Amino acid sequence: MIGVGKMKQYSNVLDKPLSKGKQEVSLSAFAFLFSELVQYNQTQVDNIAELERRLEDAGYAVGSRVLELLCNREKGNRRETRLLGILSFVHSTVWKVLFGKVADSLEKGTEHEDEYMISEKELLVNRFISIPKDMGTFNCGAFVAGIVKGVLDNAGFPAVVTAHFVPIEGQQRPRTTILIKFADEVSISTSLYMIYLYLEKLNLSPGLPTSIHAAQVLKREARLSQ
Amino acid sequence: MSGIGKVQDCGTKGRMDTNDSLRVASLWHSMHAISQQLSPVNGCSGIELLQADTFDLHCFQSLPGTKFFVVCEPGTPHMESLLRYIYELYTDYVLKNPFYEIEMPIRCELFDINLSQAVLSDRVALLGR
Repeated sequence: MIGVGKMKQYSNVLDKPLSKGKQEVSLSAFAFLFSELVQYNQTQVDNIAELERRLEDAGYAVGSRVLELLCNREKGNRRETRLLGILSFVHSTVWKVLFGKVADSLEKGTEHEDEYMISEKELLVNRFISIPKDMGTFNCGAFVAGIVKGVLDNAGFPAVVTAHFVPIEGQQRPRTTILIKFADEVSISTSLYMIYLYLEKLNLSPGLPTSIHAAQVLKREARLSQ
Repeated sequence: MSGIGKVQDCGTKGRMDTNDSLRVASLWHSMHAISQQLSPVNGCSGIELLQADTFDLHCFQSLPGTKFFVVCEPGTPHMESLLRYIYELYTDYVLKNPFYEIEMPIRCELFDINLSQAVLSDRVALLGR
């Protein structure tokens, strides 16, 4: 809130606008807290897969809250309805607020239709962490994968999200990739949405098309426009 | 403070094997403690510098009592700041690592990488004897 002149006096504390709060937190404080989170969860599990699962769950809780908060603060309570929209929201806005910078890259997977990848040279949560050799491919970035999952699930784009180390030629430290694989409902709803938009353009009545008639109209229009 | 965390041998002049290093470290730990008692003045914090004819030994003690020492050629400058920098690396890459247990030998990749870089960039010859 940028104050011009004197601060407005509010008679009722409930009328005061919500402050944005301190934008920055000590990195060391966070690193110690995160280290304790990992250590605590290690004592509760028997194997590495379970540890990853627990970190993901912890991140999921953060993700769902962050989505609510950012929708209110940054987007004026507007809901994101498009796939690319929510992905770029995660890649830019969520990353900026949580980690102080936008993610390094957002790519579409080449092998499968519904796969997308957010890459980072080094995740903030992994900055001080060295994984012992006997833990294999375990990545504490599972926490961040959980955050992304929380955001996507609660925005209506269910997905399976995982964090992977990707070794890079000529570099000692591997990059980290957050792999997002959307559930089938997402691709179906995306296609339905495209059809809906197209029908709107044709000035047909709004509402999701379910009749064969609509499909025939589409086919005819497609042939005519060629 | 009973654990010996890490001995890094970056020497070009001489080599110390693991057993020797452990011996030096435990010997140093006791000497450091004794020197605090020997001091004629109260409030002695222990030996900071040991100068011999073929080597220097600089020691840095942190607030909780963890000791970092480096053995180098006589007259090597800037060892104190190197030790302080190593202490910073320790607090970052060892203490913030959830997989490191206190008092155990240090096996943190990031710590090793940054330690080697720090020593190389200083172009110091560490002598082990």
